[in-house]
Amino acid sequence: MGEVIVITSGKGGVGKTTTVANIGTGLAKEGYGVVLVDTDIGLRNLDVVLGLENRIVYDIVDVTNGHCRLKQALIRDKRFESLYLLPAAQTKDKTAVTTEQMKKLCQNLKEDFDYVIIDCPAGIEQGFKNAIAGAERAVVVTTPEVAAVRDADRVIGLLEAAGLNEPDLIINRIRPDMVKQGNMMDIDDIIDILAVDLLGVVPEDEMIVISTNKGEPAVLDPRSNAGEAYRNIAKRITGEDIPIMPLEANEGIMALFKRLIGRKK
Amino acid sequence: MLELLQRLFGKEEADKSKNVAKERLRLVLVQDRCSISPHILESLKEDMIGVISKYLEIDEKGLEVNFSNEDNCLALVASIPILRMKRTYTENK
Repeated sequence: MGEVIVITSGKGGVGKTTTVANIGTGLAKEGYGVVLVDTDIGLRNLDVVLGLENRIVYDIVDVTNGHCRLKQALIRDKRFESLYLLPAAQTKDKTAVTTEQMKKLCQNLKEDFDYVIIDCPAGIEQGFKNAIAGAERAVVVTTPEVAAVRDADRVIGLLEAAGLNEPDLIINRIRPDMVKQGNMMDIDDIIDILAVDLLGVVPEDEMIVISTNKGEPAVLDPRSNAGEAYRNIAKRITGEDIPIMPLEANEGIMALFKRLIGRKK
Repeated sequence: MLELLQRLFGKEEADKSKNVAKERLRLVLVQDRCSISPHILESLKEDMIGVISKYLEIDEKGLEVNFSNEDNCLALVASIPILRMKRTYTENK
């Protein structure tokens, strides 16, 4: 019997889908059976991030409506045999699935997989309620910005009200150089405000853009800093005790020089 | 010149924009956390009625309890219509 984990954030654009793709791929790389469920009906994206957009035949609404069997809608990943995607529907809206249907779907999926990872849509309406309905564990993604942290706080409150106590936090897109200058909230600042456990910290990394362009999760790229952070997060999810990577402000010597000379901002 | 020195020795703590962000978040979250739980506000009201009724006779239906944010400070503002002052303190229940 597997575990159902929902990845959520409240605010859009903080990296939920990227996080789901990378954690899922990271877990599959470790040898676990993983299914990723895209619940962002009407705005599906997990398929393109994983590079599986050309293989979609059926979607989650086809499954819940009984138009196809669950197994028919699952798309196997190109790289890992134990990784599957259940894509969202693109032409329906978020009311096409009910919370009861989601609970049942999660129940069925966790019989066959070690990890069922749910990509939650932005917002706190029906789509959010569906995404968390069948989950046993929640991970909240935020970025070190006021708007994202505020929304994360709201979502943590809603998760706890729904019985998903003690969600874990991933701080995404942190910039060590800006943290060092005091112009970006630090890990401790955010943990202090939100009062939750930290699951991981992912540094801002251009490789994410490149890997998303290609449809190949950065977690598989040994040169990517964000990829390394995601590899560690995947291991922590399985219960391994991996320390949080220290933030390294790898400011180039030129940037330092410019700052000393006094380039006005 | 002063700017260069500031840059070399690091700016004043308060100038750092992350501290501004933290302070703004702190205030906005106090408000958010209050506004998401109307049932907590309701039970606060009930408790307040209980306490105040020991000393004053109040109009329970006209009682209003709200949070207000003024001058960067969150306050609990209660408007409690008093019907009659009690002459002596009486222990309820």
